[in-house]
Amino acid sequence: MHRRTLLAAAGLLAAPSILRAQAAASIGFYYPVAVGGPIPAIIDGYCQQFRAETGIEVKPVYAGNYSETLTKAQTAIRAGQGPSLAVLLAAEMHSLQDADVLASLDQLGPVDRGWIEGFYPAFLANSGAAGKLWSVPFQRSTAIMYYNKQAFAEAGLDPDRFPRTWAELAEAAAALTKRDGAGRVTRWGVKLASDVGNAQWTFGALANQAGHRLMNEAGTETYFRDPKAVEAMEFWHGLAARHGATPAGSTAWSTLSPDFLEGNAAIVQHTTGNLANVRSKAGFPFGVAGLPGKAEPRTVVGGGNLYFFKHASAAEREASLRFARFLTEPARAADWSIRTGYIATRPEAYDTPALRDYVAQVPAAGVAKDFLPVATGELSTFENQRVYKLLGDNIQAALTGAKTPAQAMADTQSEADRILKPFRA
Amino acid sequence: MTALRREAVQAWLLVLPACVMLAGFTHIPAVATLIESLYTTPRGARPARFIGLDQYRALLDDPVFFQALGNNALYAAATIPASVVLALLMALAVDSRLPGRAALRLAYFTPTMLPMIAVANIWLFFYTPDYGLLDQLGGMVGLGRHNWLGDPTLALWSLIAVAVWKEAGFFMIFYLAALQAIPPHLREAAALEGAGRMTVLRRVVLPLLMPTTLFVVVNAVINAFRLVDHVVVMTRGGPDNSTTLLLYYIYETGFRFWDTGMAAALTTVLLLILSALAALQFGVLGRRVHYR
Repeated sequence: MHRRTLLAAAGLLAAPSILRAQAAASIGFYYPVAVGGPIPAIIDGYCQQFRAETGIEVKPVYAGNYSETLTKAQTAIRAGQGPSLAVLLAAEMHSLQDADVLASLDQLGPVDRGWIEGFYPAFLANSGAAGKLWSVPFQRSTAIMYYNKQAFAEAGLDPDRFPRTWAELAEAAAALTKRDGAGRVTRWGVKLASDVGNAQWTFGALANQAGHRLMNEAGTETYFRDPKAVEAMEFWHGLAARHGATPAGSTAWSTLSPDFLEGNAAIVQHTTGNLANVRSKAGFPFGVAGLPGKAEPRTVVGGGNLYFFKHASAAEREASLRFARFLTEPARAADWSIRTGYIATRPEAYDTPALRDYVAQVPAAGVAKDFLPVATGELSTFENQRVYKLLGDNIQAALTGAKTPAQAMADTQSEADRILKPFRA
Repeated sequence: MTALRREAVQAWLLVLPACVMLAGFTHIPAVATLIESLYTTPRGARPARFIGLDQYRALLDDPVFFQALGNNALYAAATIPASVVLALLMALAVDSRLPGRAALRLAYFTPTMLPMIAVANIWLFFYTPDYGLLDQLGGMVGLGRHNWLGDPTLALWSLIAVAVWKEAGFFMIFYLAALQAIPPHLREAAALEGAGRMTVLRRVVLPLLMPTTLFVVVNAVINAFRLVDHVVVMTRGGPDNSTTLLLYYIYETGFRFWDTGMAAALTTVLLLILSALAALQFGVLGRRVHYR
């Protein structure tokens, strides 16, 4: 081992500098897993294919959920040993840029405009700032509803027609909620995630459903006090308090998938990325539908982009860019979408035979893509994690009845104003 | 004179490794934390600048900080006595000549051998509403649904139960060792004098266990502030900060928000609290301990 390192070093010294610049032998790659299923095996497979094609070794590190991966990547970078690239929440762009750890795309090497323009515009919404691109869409999704068709039939609802408005959803969810003789709920109508780190995503969709956008493009302003934001919070609170169709108190993201598969929840709001997992494990016919809205369906995009870090050497940056292009090739984007459920980030992937056949065979796989036109960008501000926690805490306070929805939103806004003040010109 | 000097040099050399360790891992970081808490957090292009006590002033306006303090006080006040008393009872139980006491000792000690992360994940299943173990058992006797970790009135108590379950076995081992070190003739002498079992326990056994009790209580206090793994796994401080403990808040501020200056100020507060508690314990309780 030692001798090999020495030999490699000697080889490097002997080579002309231009060769040296191309010779990044390996790069580090952190990625999160936010859904069930064999994601690490899929990622490992891509890294091996990439190595076979280019000779560059990508060392994938599974680093937990989104916020854990963010913490690990930033800690490692501060210690001088960070990865060259990582999949992090698309919405972290402002914060990461503020931390001054990112390399923009044009700092990686020559960037092909055609490649960039080939992505769905909705997925690039969280990538641009200061006239530059800072991330590449990869593990992207929208929030969608998974519903148990058997439960729908049992409750006398049409399994092929999912509610399109808030009123319809509340009515259906109340009908789906089943209680035993003692009044104990054996099946909840609907469940939405409200734990810190996920509550803001759920709420982002609800706000869009009320026709409201929560922040400005620059990530320096938030609009929680708006009556429409309060209305969205009231609807969520009312699902438990008024309709008894969802559990009171907070509900963790990690329990949604098992709850749905166990038949404990008839509808769950989750990511498209969970589709393959649910398909392989559900013991009942299930459906996938776009989220309803106050008047008509609306949703929110989510998921992770590929970020590149500026501490990487020129050779590592170039290798990272090559890997990003490799991952987003239409055929691979199609494969990733089929094996996980994440939306292929490029329209051309849907023209590949593999994905075309798959969508024809599994119509659920096409649902999320069809709702992209009514999807808003994810809540994204400076001090993003802080704002997420603040909003999450207040959502929980509203759901547990500690605050009224209006109070919770007002508190969120005044605290967010304090947090974001230094970033306003 | 030279001999004395050589001895002194030797003595210093002998304590040097301990000094280096203590300075490197305890004193220097503590002082560095204190200094860092007087500066702003450096971010990207903006370097740290001196702001004196501003971070501490900001803490006084931070409701989450006070909530974390309150939560931690309740958490300590509940876990420390509960785990110590439970440990003593368990030790007394497995010290007697029960059949199968080896198995019982092992059973009591098992939670200690499991890492807290594993324990928290097991309890996460116990606490799952509707189909988790606790709700299923409760359902059999007609109890309703409990959102153990999602209800702010229950969440902290749920975590306290996990901590007591995890720690009592560990403390039991110390009590068991101390119980077996009590010379049998002391009990026999007491019995000869006609003392009953309770009197022996109160006048002979418990006083002889005092050094162990001091040790165990010191550890319990440290753990009440140090062990937050289960918070990370089970609640992440929620719902609405009802399970945010001080150390978890420090972690969140330091490594999720990257507000290292504020995290340093919080750490200083934690250090002060721990120092005050240690002084109290060794000063008050230590004086009443009888060492042989």
